[in-house]
Amino acid sequence: MALETLTGWRRRLQAREISSRELTELYLGRIDRLDAQLNSFITVTREHALAAADAADVRLGRGEEAPLLGLPVAQKDIFCTEGVRTSCGSRMLDPFVAPYDATVVARMNAAGAVMLGKTNMDEFAMGSSNETSFYGPVRNPWDLDRVPGGSSGGSAAAVAARLVPAATGTDTGGSIRQPAAFCGITGLKPTYGRVSRYGMIAFASSLDQGGPMAATAEDCALMLNAMAGFDPRDSTSVERPAEDFHSDLQRDLKGLRIGLPREFFGEGLDREMRAAIETALAVLKDRGAILVDISLPNSGLSVPAYYVVAPAECSSNLARYDGVRFGHRCADPVDLQDLYTRSRAEGFGAEVKRRIMIGTYVLSAGYYDAYYLKAQKVRRLIADDFRRAFTDVDVIAGPTTPELPFRLGEKSADPVKMYLSDIYTIAVNLAGLPGLSMPAGTIGNLPLGLQLIGNYFDEARLLNVAHQFQQDTDWHARMPAAFV
Amino acid sequence: MSLDSDAVRRIAHLARLAVDGQEAEGFASALSDIFEFVETLENADIAGVEPMAHPLDAEQRLRPDVVTETDQREHFQQFAPAVEGGLYLVPRVIE
Repeated sequence: MALETLTGWRRRLQAREISSRELTELYLGRIDRLDAQLNSFITVTREHALAAADAADVRLGRGEEAPLLGLPVAQKDIFCTEGVRTSCGSRMLDPFVAPYDATVVARMNAAGAVMLGKTNMDEFAMGSSNETSFYGPVRNPWDLDRVPGGSSGGSAAAVAARLVPAATGTDTGGSIRQPAAFCGITGLKPTYGRVSRYGMIAFASSLDQGGPMAATAEDCALMLNAMAGFDPRDSTSVERPAEDFHSDLQRDLKGLRIGLPREFFGEGLDREMRAAIETALAVLKDRGAILVDISLPNSGLSVPAYYVVAPAECSSNLARYDGVRFGHRCADPVDLQDLYTRSRAEGFGAEVKRRIMIGTYVLSAGYYDAYYLKAQKVRRLIADDFRRAFTDVDVIAGPTTPELPFRLGEKSADPVKMYLSDIYTIAVNLAGLPGLSMPAGTIGNLPLGLQLIGNYFDEARLLNVAHQFQQDTDWHARMPAAFV
Repeated sequence: MSLDSDAVRRIAHLARLAVDGQEAEGFASALSDIFEFVETLENADIAGVEPMAHPLDAEQRLRPDVVTETDQREHFQQFAPAVEGGLYLVPRVIE
């Protein structure tokens, strides 16, 4: 049987052409056979998955229609899963079995999803290549010498290689969109506050947002319907009436105003990448969209502002790992200081330590105004740029990344170079807007992504534009040859 | 801005991270590069701009003052590195 999209499998399950158990075994078999090349899963939950599939088959037999009923999915290992190790890609949490489910996990379980396992990621979601994971790097299924992007690199690689039809990701500075672009899949970072952060291990709380990763925009809509919603347990969850993210998919694009920020097409953008993005934009134009030149004048400041704000929040959030209540503890501590400092030194990797130290420094007495307060003001300038742009256009479009997936090890010795691979995605997090990346072409054998940015709570619009694009293109349907 | 390994050790102490001599030098070089990059913020014209702490400028939501959580001490302590009689164990603090 051909490998369907999440939506395609849903149709077949509802038509009883396949059982959830058969479907689950099909994907578990692919993981067994193929994941040794990718390292996209940290934990495979076979027994749990088969039990959930059998339960789903009973419900399907009764004619139930929960949104994800019987569908195999994977959870990024940043989401707490009761009774299953939740490592966040870190040695610090290698021994940690979550005592409760994240809201996202609970919602997806209630919607009937069958979790196949927990996907690999950069340690504590800090990275753009999946090379900082304690469990080793993930490889890009399009070229095993290249990175899948990060931090949701395991989810992106697993979906691209069709080891699972859909997975969750989280995006603090581009961690859903950049790996989606590098692996040739569709990924959506919702508006800040759309998806509950309860039980999603915190990195930078004013930026972190969970979202779906799948082959198509239609699949992402299906996933987001299950993931999103108000949660009283998350103090920044937004109270809004439930929305069906499928509702706008068929809307035509005639007259849609798409803003092209000139800052996203200037110096630093790979020449072939620019040509490919322009070809993709022509598809939207053929559908009746109007392309408008716009400017986001402060976007060049987004990466430096982010590397003050995000580490500051990270240093506070990661203070909880003290070797006392859960997680890694060093052997034979001589005193309390030794317990803290050695447990943390052994439990965290180099990139996490760098960010904790940056954050500690920028928040320390005497430096707060020079760094943190200034970065927060720049954050306002960046958000205001978008606010102005959205008075004239409906969505903003451009490349997701400045270049194609890079080679393993290529940037790991140079943190700043690594940080700049998120140059087109970070501003969206600082502003709290929704952003989507979809497959929009290939150069050589490597996929590239077109990014769509929407106004606050305009996810349905982004999914609409992506879905219409996917009616006229087949980039989203292509699979890496070695994994067919 | 350039940080030396003494500065790194001071920051590491504030962050409760053990750092040995060789590591401190590696961090000094990497953190100096990062701060040099961050300092491009100097170019921003931020006169009169209100700092933005939160994307939606949301206010803290209040909830009714009622008990919603039950006692789950044993459940949570099963994952602790060292407990005894319901207490978390740490090295002796008071001699």
